[in-house]
Amino acid sequence: MSTRIFGSGIRRREDPRLITGSATYTADIRLPGMAHAAMLRSSHAHARITRIDTSAAAAAPGVVAVYTGTDTEGALQPMPCAWLLPDAGLKIAPYPCIAKDVVRYTGDIVAVVVAERLHQAHDAVELIEVDYEPLPAVTDPEQAAGADAPQLHAKDLNGDAIEGNQAFHWTVAGGDVDAAFAAAEADGVVIKERILQQRLIPNAMETRGAVAQYNRASGELTLWNTTQNPHIVRFLCSVVTGVPEDKLRVIAPEVGGGFGSKIAAYPADFVTVFCSKMLGRPIRWTETRSENYQATTHGRDHVQDVELAATKDGKITGLRCTVRAGMGAYLSTAAPGIPTILHGLMLSGCYDIPALKEDVYGVYTNGVPVEAYRGAGRPEATFMLERLIDMLAHKLDLDPADVRRRNFIPKFDNGHEVVTTLNYDSGDYPGALAKLLEHTGYQALREKQKAGPANGRYLGLGLSSYVEICGLGPSQVAGAIGFQGGLWESAIVRVHPTGKVHVFIGASPHGQGEETTFAQIVASEIGVDAGDVKIVHGDTDATPMGWGTYGSRTTAVGGAALAVAVRKIRDKAKVLAAHLLEASVEDMEYEDGRFFVKGSPDKAKTIQDVALMANVAWDLPEGMEAGLEASTFYDPPNFVFPYGAHLAVVEVDAATGHVELTGYTALDDCGPQINPVIVEGQVHGGVVQGIGQALWEGAAYDESGQLVTGSLLDYALPRADGLPPIDVISTVTPSPHHPLGVKGIGEAGTIASTAAVYNAVMDALRPLGVTRVDMPFTPERVWRAIQEAKGS
Amino acid sequence: MFAADFDYYRADSVAAAGRLLAEHPGAKLLAGGHSLIPLLKLRLSAPAAVIDIGRIAELRGISVDGGTLRIGALTTHAEIAASADVQRHARALAEAAGQIGDPAVRNRGTIGGNIAHADPASDLPTVLQALGATLDIAGPHGERPVGIDGFFQGVMTTALAADDLLTAIRIPTAGQSQGSAYVKFPHPASRYAVIGVAASLTSGTGGGWRTVLTPGASRETVCSNASVAIGGLVPAPARCGAVEQALAGKPLSDETFAEAAAAVGGDLGDDLLGDVFASGEYRKAVAPVYVRRALAAAASRVG
Repeated sequence: MSTRIFGSGIRRREDPRLITGSATYTADIRLPGMAHAAMLRSSHAHARITRIDTSAAAAAPGVVAVYTGTDTEGALQPMPCAWLLPDAGLKIAPYPCIAKDVVRYTGDIVAVVVAERLHQAHDAVELIEVDYEPLPAVTDPEQAAGADAPQLHAKDLNGDAIEGNQAFHWTVAGGDVDAAFAAAEADGVVIKERILQQRLIPNAMETRGAVAQYNRASGELTLWNTTQNPHIVRFLCSVVTGVPEDKLRVIAPEVGGGFGSKIAAYPADFVTVFCSKMLGRPIRWTETRSENYQATTHGRDHVQDVELAATKDGKITGLRCTVRAGMGAYLSTAAPGIPTILHGLMLSGCYDIPALKEDVYGVYTNGVPVEAYRGAGRPEATFMLERLIDMLAHKLDLDPADVRRRNFIPKFDNGHEVVTTLNYDSGDYPGALAKLLEHTGYQALREKQKAGPANGRYLGLGLSSYVEICGLGPSQVAGAIGFQGGLWESAIVRVHPTGKVHVFIGASPHGQGEETTFAQIVASEIGVDAGDVKIVHGDTDATPMGWGTYGSRTTAVGGAALAVAVRKIRDKAKVLAAHLLEASVEDMEYEDGRFFVKGSPDKAKTIQDVALMANVAWDLPEGMEAGLEASTFYDPPNFVFPYGAHLAVVEVDAATGHVELTGYTALDDCGPQINPVIVEGQVHGGVVQGIGQALWEGAAYDESGQLVTGSLLDYALPRADGLPPIDVISTVTPSPHHPLGVKGIGEAGTIASTAAVYNAVMDALRPLGVTRVDMPFTPERVWRAIQEAKGS
Repeated sequence: MFAADFDYYRADSVAAAGRLLAEHPGAKLLAGGHSLIPLLKLRLSAPAAVIDIGRIAELRGISVDGGTLRIGALTTHAEIAASADVQRHARALAEAAGQIGDPAVRNRGTIGGNIAHADPASDLPTVLQALGATLDIAGPHGERPVGIDGFFQGVMTTALAADDLLTAIRIPTAGQSQGSAYVKFPHPASRYAVIGVAASLTSGTGGGWRTVLTPGASRETVCSNASVAIGGLVPAPARCGAVEQALAGKPLSDETFAEAAAAVGGDLGDDLLGDVFASGEYRKAVAPVYVRRALAAAASRVG
């Protein structure tokens, strides 16, 4: 098998080091003189700190220092929020790195201990005495927005009052939604539903951590960090700790997954930097799994009240909704943009909906701050729409597939503007659904369902048609929506004398496989072997600027930058080859790594020949610079919009309420696939995380704000033995504006699958009269819903 | 997630373990570590000393002697699940051992540690009740057999004294006309039993002496002996007397199982365990379904 070809499912080069345990994560960094930090975190969800006594901890064996909020006040600036949502009355509450007066969630840092050895630091943390005066806590976003709710913050950073725990109120609207609903009330149908998008815990396999090495003599800081975006961390670290960007190097070594939870900058990382600055020693802090649950960002947490207006023949005319989005105790780095820009702008999905309006209220609660979590806003949008469409189908006694067909945007290949003003790039939504239905034998499954339950097991089918926005995005748009950064990507391609290649990219893959796919891009453009291309990433001193790996943007934006850069290499190589062959450039042809004069393919210069001559520079054409290197800054002209259609098949055991997922088919269109095996892997992982939300996962707080699902013994993650084989199929619709036509695939599975599984379970429960169950579908919830339906 | 400081000792024999226990009052025994280590790491337990008995060879292994299946306390769940002897003579035990946790847990965790820990949601205590096991316990005054009935006294409480060491589990081998099964509703995260039901059924000929004397009379197969235990939703796994009584002398049929299973409510008492995942009320309501399924599975293995 050729390793050069774009579209080849070659094995991931990352895997040998990952599977054999020879990768170097942040927690593996060992430096001479290194000491260890451990955080004391609040045991209360909301309390006033009345006294802290650190004397016993300071005297404990091996302890080097103990610091509290009094020590860091002034030395560490408040944590910045980097998505300043415009026109939304955004109120950013002060977010100290170490809480000094009030703690606002169980996990707020109260003190840090530095000790010679790790266990000494943890032992000493237990010796710190803190007196708390408990305050009433609220963790539910709707309750927090209520009139008599405990108030978390009196004032925002500007000194303006924060009322009703409201962090922002953002609105999106298009078309005449009131007229649509008036018409539907008079002569059509209106569907109303309350949807709870429960709080989820991202659970990256590697917990978070940092190693800070501050050199007092030079004033330079190196920070190893578990991050998806080292350049953003460099910027934010500089703001918070005062170390200037030129003296600050951030390294993201091997990063074991993120799913959005490693986008944010975190107080603990900067507290670690503070300790290193104070002590002049390298300090390592590694989060425990329990700490990950109570301090690393969570996802979702929406209370959605939604209404759909439609004609009697199932044509959707309007969508209206109010969302209360729990933001947790403070606004995390990118948090305000998630339930708004990435959610509200996608509300019309793959349907032609003429009018909609959404009000999103960001609400402070006594929970862990909420951030992006795989899909980030789009799963919540897809779910809303896909659920309402199934309800509409049931109300009109139509097949859910049929209602989708009646509302799809027709096929388009170069732009389609929707009611939220986004301009989708390309798509064939009816075609995707048609292929899915045919592939899965949908009609036959419906016939089987009509035969009724077997052994008390009810069959259910769930569809989810989706389109999502990724490849973030045009930097001008980033500015307009308040994102405090650009969203372009850059790449440097350097071809060495022997024809081997180094690629330096600003993006920061952490498990997605871009070391492999990016090598494939280079190999396919200049004909070197993919194995001869090294991808360098995750070090701000070694790579050009980049905005990070999230929002399915690395291949969509970074891949485009790389393609443009490597094409510059090919153009230069062609000119040099022509010179060496004493031919004119116009007469040159290129094929599979060889440059030759038209008609004489056996008299060719290979890319390796050209690389040597470019690097030794003995004989260059007039005016040509030495070397074979190119760089690009690529700012995409638009987002990309992957789409697809998924089908979930479930059986529900009515006697116990158990749901078994018996089949799952994902059809996704992410444009041309650089490596179909990696695409399939991304779909598998994404689909499974979405299934997890539907069937198992949910972070639960008790009334006092304690996280009761605080460990892997309580928080149920998907396991292989609870899943059927996932059938992955695709269509290929290139993006018209991307140099390679590719879109993104990292989040698509999650965006589609929660709704598909939810619809399937509700479809199964329909004969039993059940109309609504909150996620996750625990056996007890399903069983109770069945009992209640029986009783009514 | 880091244990408090403790002193570590390793015993190479049962006698040495006994001496160490005497020397270090309050010490904890470490076998496979799958119950104790999490408690230590969460600092829910902070003993001054831990005595590692994990390498005492005499405590390991499975043997059959006459009518008794003997399993050494250090035998792992994986060994039990894979043992042909256990599958043949105590099917429910093999079935339960194979469903504990995940492969890593089954490769390290031991039957003795599991029983001594006495987590109410654990599988093996329930099965051993239904199979009528006897526990061999070595104490300061020598070894003594203790019947499984009454061994489990509540949540993580057993009849073991602080200086006792569980050495082996003995189970009467299953007869020709006996079948057993374990049916479990696992917690999706921990894999502990939300509800676990073990049943052992023995069949006999129904109708008593009359059918023998009356030519042509029905001699249907009936339940001559039933032993059923339930765990997960009660503080300590318990025999289901009401269910057993409802089975006695009845034909081994789906109707019998449904009727007998419905009686389990009377066996459960008022002290029901529940959590955020599954309330006590729900567990009690669906318990008959699992009892019925366990009875049907056990009956399918009779004879």
